[in-house]
Amino acid sequence: MGPLVTDHWYDLRDLSNISREILEGIDKVAPSEVAYIVAPVLGFVAFFLIFVLPSQLIVGVYGERRIIGRMQARRGPNRVGPFGLLQPIADAIKLLQKEALTPKTADRAIMWAAPIFFVAPAVLLFATIPFGPRMIFADIPVALIYFIAISALPVLAAFMAGWGSNNKYSLYGAMRVVAMSVSYEVPLVLSLLAVVVFSSTMSLQGIVLFQADVNLWLVFMMPLAFLIYFISVSAELNRTPTDIAEAESEIVAGYLTEYSGMKWGLFYGMDIGYALAASAFAATVFLGGWSMWGLEEWVPPWMIFIAKTHLFYFVFIWTRGTLPRLRIDQLMAFAWKFLLPLAVFNLFLVSLERLLWVENDIGDGIVFAFAAGNLVASAAAAYLWARLLGYRPERIPTKPRLVREAGGYVPVEGQTGGGE
Amino acid sequence: MDGAGVGIAFWALAFVTLGAAGGVMVSRNLLHAVLLLIVTFIGVAGFFVLLSAEFIAMAQIVIYVGAIAVLMLFAIVLTPRTIRDNSETAMVGPAILLGIALGTVFLFVIYDTEWAVVASDPALSAEDLGKALLSTWVLPFEIASVLLTAALVGAIMLVRTSEEEAEDDA
Repeated sequence: MGPLVTDHWYDLRDLSNISREILEGIDKVAPSEVAYIVAPVLGFVAFFLIFVLPSQLIVGVYGERRIIGRMQARRGPNRVGPFGLLQPIADAIKLLQKEALTPKTADRAIMWAAPIFFVAPAVLLFATIPFGPRMIFADIPVALIYFIAISALPVLAAFMAGWGSNNKYSLYGAMRVVAMSVSYEVPLVLSLLAVVVFSSTMSLQGIVLFQADVNLWLVFMMPLAFLIYFISVSAELNRTPTDIAEAESEIVAGYLTEYSGMKWGLFYGMDIGYALAASAFAATVFLGGWSMWGLEEWVPPWMIFIAKTHLFYFVFIWTRGTLPRLRIDQLMAFAWKFLLPLAVFNLFLVSLERLLWVENDIGDGIVFAFAAGNLVASAAAAYLWARLLGYRPERIPTKPRLVREAGGYVPVEGQTGGGE
Repeated sequence: MDGAGVGIAFWALAFVTLGAAGGVMVSRNLLHAVLLLIVTFIGVAGFFVLLSAEFIAMAQIVIYVGAIAVLMLFAIVLTPRTIRDNSETAMVGPAILLGIALGTVFLFVIYDTEWAVVASDPALSAEDLGKALLSTWVLPFEIASVLLTAALVGAIMLVRTSEEEAEDDA
């Protein structure tokens, strides 16, 4: 984009240079159909090497378990290879060896097809994510709707898994998946609608360019939309504070109860894939994508983008490692009574500002004033609406009642430490 | 759009869509029928992509796959007699007759229409669509939303039990 990034193939700041060189080379020696086929394969391999392999295997499987272990004062995987780094590979080998059982009463066709239908959309999701100014598979004008549309598909796969297993717990899990996704889809789409209204484009590359243009990431512009997106998407992805669809304390493993071996492994691996896709989407839409106030001229933009993706993904791991699981009725009420009104409020606020900005021909600097105003208005709206609904902060940890009755912990005679 | 890939994509999509649509009719298992119907919806969305109508394709998936199919799944799960599956009914004969009649009408329309070939991209972007919906067609658009709201309120009224009514009155 900028003058600093060159078109030479060795300029790693824009990997599209290499692929263009390769394709032009092929075009000279082979018929055009070959280049037609090589182009997507090349993109897929590059995407696998720079994103899937490091992110999904190292950060996704290994890093997540290590970080959660750290948060819960455990060690996490640390035996296989240096620092336990080979643990994901050992896990994969173990899963491949295991038998994939199918219950006698299960609907074999549906149970067999469910993992396939679960994996395919995870790959499709990345097609429209811009990794750099020119590093994007398909720059379609409706990329944002494409993303929402494709994210609706895994829900059906999870339902198929639950129904096909012919197990009560699986069916409960499947019902919960569908109910959750129907409820949380509404605030999710409304928060993204605010983004579309403000940046006046549905192309993900367009949204990134808009953020680079006004020098303000949309997370500062509309913190409420970001928050709603995060909560809704973690509910849709079944991440732990909201993973009631596979809550092991209630319904064994939900829709995964009857799955074993690599069939289960596909669900598990793609759960991480979807979480990474949602993080990549959030990094693009809310965190400025590959742009970083001019730093993208020096550092490869795709590295900035991947770093932002992992930053968002870390928050996923963080909430997963620290928050207790919620009940289904709490989650439903929260979506409809709290998130939905706030999403509508945010949409109203942002549309109003967009209208003021465009109609009155004010300079781009006004967005910083809007951002400050939005922060205050969002915090106030969230606080007031929570008070109105009767959510009160609980003073935790409270002492257990018996201890309180006894007047505090009593130290044991003759021992040092302990007590209060 | 043209090129070798489009031809392959068209025939693959046609095969999958028609095959799944046939499966919907033949399948005895109600849930299989719904899942095949979803495949049909996705195939139709693929045709819209081939026609350079990306927005319509995405709307097709969001509305039909994301919303209507999920609604149908809900209906099936909440219906006690789903297990009984589809059986022969007296409506088979009339249904086939109606299908043949509809197909004939469609074929006549397809063959009688003079299809104009648009040379360049039709370029019906989402922006054009939005502008048309909120300027020329704003009245039908709003009436449709009022209708949907009325349907929503009606559905809630239908499923309310008398205990809930009493709770609200108190």
